[in-house]
Amino acid sequence: MSQSQRTMRTPLGRVRHHGAAGEGTGHFIALRVTSIALAILAPWFVVSAGLSLRDGEYASVIDFLTEPVNAVGVVFLVAVSLYHMKLGMDEIIVDYIRRPAAKLMLMLLNAFAAWALGAAAIFSVLVLNFGA
Amino acid sequence: MAGANSPENRPLSPHLQIWRWHVTMLSSILHRVSGVALYAAAIGFSFWLVVAAWGPGRYAIVSEHLQAWYGQGALYLIVAALAYHLANGVRHLVFDTGAGLQPSDADASAWFAILFAIAAPVGLWLLLNYGA
Repeated sequence: MSQSQRTMRTPLGRVRHHGAAGEGTGHFIALRVTSIALAILAPWFVVSAGLSLRDGEYASVIDFLTEPVNAVGVVFLVAVSLYHMKLGMDEIIVDYIRRPAAKLMLMLLNAFAAWALGAAAIFSVLVLNFGA
Repeated sequence: MAGANSPENRPLSPHLQIWRWHVTMLSSILHRVSGVALYAAAIGFSFWLVVAAWGPGRYAIVSEHLQAWYGQGALYLIVAALAYHLANGVRHLVFDTGAGLQPSDADASAWFAILFAIAAPVGLWLLLNYGA
C-alpha cells in the first residue's frame, strides 16, 4: 500500500498492466521527423499547385501531376502527411477516449483510413503517369 | 483503501472552464483543431487525386464545386489551417530544443502563428490573382 503512494500508480493499474507501453519515444520522434518533411513539402505543394492549377482546367491538373518532380513530390506529400495525420489523430484518440473498446475501434479506423487514403491517392498519381 | 491518499481522492487538474484564457492556451487548442481540419482536408485531397485520375468528365463536376464560393471558401480555410499548423508546428520544434519557453517569448510566437494563419491565405490569394 505504501508503495502505491510513492509510485503514483494505482494498485488496480499495476495489476492490469496499465501504464507506459514503452513505445512513446518512437511515436514522438516520428511525429517530429514527419513534421520537418512536411514543413518543406506542404508549402511547396500549396504554392506550386496554386500557381499551376488556378485556371481550373483539367489539362492543367494533368500537366502538373505528370511532371516527374511534381509526381514524386505529391507521392511524398501524400505518404508523409497521412502518416503524420495518423500519428496526430492517435494522440487525440488516446487523450479523449477512455473506454478501451471504443479507443481500439477508433485507432483501427484511423489506421485503416490512413492506409486506404494513401493507397488510393498514390495509385491515382501512378495511373496518371503510367496508366491508360 | 479509503483515506487521504487513495486513488479516488487525488487532486484533479482544473477543468478548462476554470482557466483564464491566454494566447498560449488558444494556440494549443487551435493546433489540435487545425490538425483535425487538415484530416478532413487530407481526405478531400486524396479524393481530388482519385477524381483527377478518373478522367475529365468526373473531374469537371468536382472542379465546378471547387470554383463555387463554398469551394473557394473551403480551400481558403484549408490554407489558413495549414498555415497555422505549420507556423505553430515550427514553434513547437523550437520549444523541443528548450528555447522560446519564457512566457513573453511563448506569447509572442503564439501571436505570430495566429497572424501568419490570417496573412498566409490572403498572401496566396493575392499571388494567385495578381501575381506572376
